Amino acid sequence: MSENYKIAVIGSGPSGMSAGGRAAERGVSHVVLERSDHLSDTIYKYQKGKHVMATPEVLPLRSSMTFGAAKRETVLETWNKEAQGHKVNVRFNAQVTGITGAKGRFDILINNKETITAESIVMAIGLQGNLRKLEIEGADWDRVQYQLDDPEEYEDERIVVVGAGDAGIENAIALAKQNRVVIINRQGEFARVKDANKALIEAAIEKGEIECFYSATPARLTPGALVLDVPQGQATVQCDRIIARLGAIPPRAFVERAGIVFPSKSQEALPELSPQYESNVPGLYVIGALGGYPLIKQAMNQGYEVIEFILGNNIKPADEPLLERKFGALLQRYTVDQVIDLFREKVPLLSGLTALQLREFLIDGTVHLKAPGEIVFERNDYTTSLYMIVEGNVNVHVDPNDFSVVRSLKAGQFFGELGMIAGRRRTASITAADQCLLIESPARTMIKLINSVESVRRAVNDEGMARQIRAYLSHEIKEADLAGLIKGADRRSFKAETVFFNEGDESDGVYLITQGSITVSRNVAGKNIVLAYVPAGHYVGEMGVVGNAPRDATIRAAIDSKAIFIPKPAFLDLIEKLPSLRRRMEEEWLRRLAHKAKMTARPEAGSIIQFLIEQGAGEATDMLLIDESLCIRCNNCEIACAETHGGTSRLDREAGPTVANVHVPTSCRHCEDPHCMTECPPDAIHRSPNGEVFIDSTCIGCGNCERNCPYGVIHMAEKEPAKPGLLSWMLFGMGSGPGQDKARKKDKKDGSEGPKLAVKCDMCKDQKSGPACVASCPTGAAFRVSPEAFFSGHLTR
Amino acid sequence: MQESVLVYRNFLYLKVSAAAAGASLFAYVWHTPLGQPNGGTWLGYTLGVVSLGIVIWLAWYGIRKRRYGVGRARLEDWLSAHVYLGLALVVIATLHAGFQVGWNVHTLAYVLMLLVIASGAFGIYTYVRIPGLITANRAGLTLEQIMALIAELHEDCRKVAVTLGDEINELVQRSAEESHIGGNVWQQLSGRDPLCPTAEALVRVRAIARDLPQAQSENGRKLVLLLARQSELLGQARRDVRFKALIDVWLFVHVPMTLALLAALAAHVVSVFFYW
Repeated sequence: MSENYKIAVIGSGPSGMSAGGRAAERGVSHVVLERSDHLSDTIYKYQKGKHVMATPEVLPLRSSMTFGAAKRETVLETWNKEAQGHKVNVRFNAQVTGITGAKGRFDILINNKETITAESIVMAIGLQGNLRKLEIEGADWDRVQYQLDDPEEYEDERIVVVGAGDAGIENAIALAKQNRVVIINRQGEFARVKDANKALIEAAIEKGEIECFYSATPARLTPGALVLDVPQGQATVQCDRIIARLGAIPPRAFVERAGIVFPSKSQEALPELSPQYESNVPGLYVIGALGGYPLIKQAMNQGYEVIEFILGNNIKPADEPLLERKFGALLQRYTVDQVIDLFREKVPLLSGLTALQLREFLIDGTVHLKAPGEIVFERNDYTTSLYMIVEGNVNVHVDPNDFSVVRSLKAGQFFGELGMIAGRRRTASITAADQCLLIESPARTMIKLINSVESVRRAVNDEGMARQIRAYLSHEIKEADLAGLIKGADRRSFKAETVFFNEGDESDGVYLITQGSITVSRNVAGKNIVLAYVPAGHYVGEMGVVGNAPRDATIRAAIDSKAIFIPKPAFLDLIEKLPSLRRRMEEEWLRRLAHKAKMTARPEAGSIIQFLIEQGAGEATDMLLIDESLCIRCNNCEIACAETHGGTSRLDREAGPTVANVHVPTSCRHCEDPHCMTECPPDAIHRSPNGEVFIDSTCIGCGNCERNCPYGVIHMAEKEPAKPGLLSWMLFGMGSGPGQDKARKKDKKDGSEGPKLAVKCDMCKDQKSGPACVASCPTGAAFRVSPEAFFSGHLTR
Repeated sequence: MQESVLVYRNFLYLKVSAAAAGASLFAYVWHTPLGQPNGGTWLGYTLGVVSLGIVIWLAWYGIRKRRYGVGRARLEDWLSAHVYLGLALVVIATLHAGFQVGWNVHTLAYVLMLLVIASGAFGIYTYVRIPGLITANRAGLTLEQIMALIAELHEDCRKVAVTLGDEINELVQRSAEESHIGGNVWQQLSGRDPLCPTAEALVRVRAIARDLPQAQSENGRKLVLLLARQSELLGQARRDVRFKALIDVWLFVHVPMTLALLAALAAHVVSVFFYW
């Protein structure tokens, strides 16, 4: 007679264990089947001491187990204790090898020999799957391992790390501190890894701390020597130990054998689930990473909820109170579920999402109820979110000079994608035309959605192109003409430094720059002279097209850029129909001619543009520059920065290059698409509506932003103790004075070191007097400008 | 590119100060006091109070400069006004004194004031003149980078010198150990070291290198090149130190004299009450 349970949970990770805990708490007969000999294998295999995060912060935890951001060891210990405390029935070393039967009686085959039965099954096996093993001759050597618990366990060994993914890189770097490490990369470069890891490994290889074999694959192994196939033939690497990080075989095949259907063949496809996490096989539930919810907190909540659902208790999801708070006044008319249905029904962009996906999407978003005439955002705001209209209409104020010129958008449409994509200031103001209901989604969430849902990507792209053409060329273009333009137009991407077209090329069309920025240069007396800098939101190449002449300048991407290309016939056709556009083009043309003459006569101005582009001006929104002909090197800017920011200066005046009296100190450029933001685990880096990029108090000190910043303007610093007042220092010599940071350590009572957090320039966004560095410069040498303003104003003044 | 303190806001503070000085001069000419013009007439008192106010306000700059993130005005506004009002004070305070001088605390205050203003005027000169010189002299390097290069060259010189006999070795050794940058006030301000061991080594090594055997002449030339480069960098660093010293040195007169002036003014103000 085999064992029989009401619920069998497969996997003891955060979701499975939480399900087991809830089942135990509710006194339901249950079993948790775990393949390994310990709980939560994925987290168990994290590197020793790794900080486990508890995101999203806003989401409440609802589980019989507790969890909070902590070290790996603490998290595991808590779960082990609690699992014992709740008397969770866990069977270790029990790998499920087959599932048959149906709701009410599933037969579960364990380790291919024993069968147990359960009325319902909760599949919580995660995505880790089975680790891929080295499949070469001699791979059974006892010093081949597939995980690394504690890098400090090894010392003075020659260790070969096979696999150049994130796990392999992290292991290699940790091991290199006290071992000689060789990393084997199957490819010619480090692709498909986190930017921060790429930077770390490349720096370590450059410095000779780690040796790397590129385009190499292991061929065979004898104890102490690994033979590699390399492009030149074969190479032998002596080694004391091999750590192979080759990824895992996804568990999809196993899941499919149980009868669960995936909607597509794509690797990223997720099984379709009901709001109660039930799969297409009744009685078979899927939770956690396998169901598309990789975050620990979400997974634990689902573990709790799935048990309640199986017991027939239709509880509200844990995010319900969050959504209730978001929906606010809407709940007078609808329930949360009805609101979600309404959104799906009214907004085409969201109709392809499942209820679960939409809930998750909405947790990051904001729901706005706007009264007629109320402003949604204003031209030149520095916000990057996207809005969707659920009910009502909004007015787009397209003309910067005349607020009454409006274009109307109705329910189901979206707006704000120009700012979201270009990362630049809003190009129009938006007001509510009548009572309207809007969903605002932060750029980060929206971009994730665009990348993962094809229908969303296409919708944003097509509609976006129409809007961009109108915004950058003319708002007077008629709907019918627009369709023709879009048909002929295409989107083109350019890597930094690549050429759009060369001086003398045939003029085949016009480029609207949608992202990034470009330089215009000309060959004058054998020298390449930069004439102008043009940021996203402008067009180039129209002169040759309208004038029917070859290109008279070279256009080069200053940074990675994107543009819409409109072919010559379509463009000529358009200006034929729109005399106002033609006049504006002529006007712009004449202005550029005058500018060109000025710049040609002043080649040094062109070399300053070139120099600043090299210093990141192409992606900067605001740079701190110093006019060295006025700078008395008093360092008051740095001292002011430190004094207004907890004792640590965010700028280094002296460092950084100089050309013709223009000095670029090491200080934040507030990039359009900030590199620092890309891999911030707690999402602590933001851009304020005025454009300042700043780090909020949720920084965990991981250092990713410091590594990702190409300009070296972020560093990790400890908070300094407060100083005595200025007069008590001046008159009585108490404590340390402005800028005397070294002495300040003494002010601290125990001299201990606190945690280090990332600090960067926030442009003194909370200071009335504006950036302290500029306000405190006695001679006016320090100034902050946007590259556009600098190139068109300061430089030629 | 940027406006200097002198032309700041289209000479706003020059205009204000010139108006104040002009108004004082007009009042002085127009006013016919009983007896000789002096600080004791109503105009004298008025100009005295104005001058005192200006002096205190000017001295406050030292504190304002160190208060960060306060007030809406830029420090450049303060400095521009500081410069022009300070210069205007020469006129206003002189008129307040009615051109009377004597061996007393009043004239002491007046002379101290002139010293402070004169040192300040030198300061203006350095602020205008020196920044461009620093940039030109550094040729794109920071002082730290120059020092690092010098250290690197020392090492290179030593390596080459090892092959070239004791005398050269000693010269190179001494140049590495005894060449210095900075020093006391005069050394800093001179920006030169006439006894620089590196310069000396360069001269001597050149003389010796002429007679080196064929096998060593290659290294001899190499060493001369390295020493010459090092000598250049040392000169660059010393000039950098000199420029920085020039920008700062006048403050060693300006600030103590300001404190002395404030003390003398206190004595002056207290003592005039005894004339009443």
